[in-house]
Amino acid sequence: MAEHHNSPTVATYLSVFAALMVLTTLTVGAAFQDLGAYNDLVAMAIACTKATVVIVFFMHVKYSSRLIWLFVAAGFVFLLIMFAFLMADYASRGWADAPGSYFMSTH
Amino acid sequence: MADHADHHEHHIHGLAHQFEDMAQQKESVLLGMWTFLITEVLFFGGYFGTYLVYRTQYPIAFTEGSHELDITFGAFNTAVLILSSLTMAMAVHESHKGKKNGILFYLISTLFLGCVFLVVKYFEYSAKFEHGLVPGLAWHPHGEHSPQLALYFSLYFGMTGMHALHMIIGAALIIWLMVKTARGTFTAEYNAPVEIFGLYWHFVDIVWIFLFPLLYLLGRT
Repeated sequence: MAEHHNSPTVATYLSVFAALMVLTTLTVGAAFQDLGAYNDLVAMAIACTKATVVIVFFMHVKYSSRLIWLFVAAGFVFLLIMFAFLMADYASRGWADAPGSYFMSTH
Repeated sequence: MADHADHHEHHIHGLAHQFEDMAQQKESVLLGMWTFLITEVLFFGGYFGTYLVYRTQYPIAFTEGSHELDITFGAFNTAVLILSSLTMAMAVHESHKGKKNGILFYLISTLFLGCVFLVVKYFEYSAKFEHGLVPGLAWHPHGEHSPQLALYFSLYFGMTGMHALHMIIGAALIIWLMVKTARGTFTAEYNAPVEIFGLYWHFVDIVWIFLFPLLYLLGRT
């Protein structure tokens, strides 16, 4: 458990910082391009990439034990499950509309 | 029992008695901090989930709301927070070497950048009050989507306000860490408080990484 620390170097940190700044510029630039429905997708893909880079390098998950790696990953999986069920609910409202239906939509 | 007496004689600085050694203590501390951060992820997840639902229901009002925000401020603050994450990472880096002055320098830098972020946020909030865009406190009707726009701004203030509160708590913790650093508490062996505070600070950065595109960058084409 003890010897998993080969800590990142200053050069690694500077590269991560540069990458995050480039991605920030990219996300602002992409916002001004008309990509239709893909605007949101691109913005979220860039944000997720930035978050992953921060977690892996700045937050040392790459240099931590497998237990911590698994723990962090599990946390985000549960977040996605929450979003999935939330949107499944909202997206499916009104699918079973009928007078007196338990699933009768409110609008 | 003899073992215990032995431990007390060779007391290791910063090692709590329930741990075998520093490595075990650090692993436990890191896991504990990550547990807290995962609860934070799910806490902010509630906000993001609410945003997701209303954004899909009222896309036009959300775009209108986003146009009331200044991208320059948002982008500037994003850069400031990323830079503060770098200085925080450097503070942790210095703490692994037990370098007191290095830790202090990077903690002060992080604190300064955090304050810059909050000052910019203050000016942004003031403008919203002036323009009557604060639901419940200073709200003027804005066109035909006014109620939905109020929803956007409720989320804007809820999400950025909770984020700012995390920054303020973070700033207070940095001052506490600076005092402990100045007293020489942290060494190359014992530096877990600096490291887990770093995790907290980076987490707050990550929240902003998502808030920026979701709140500022809608419908800009």
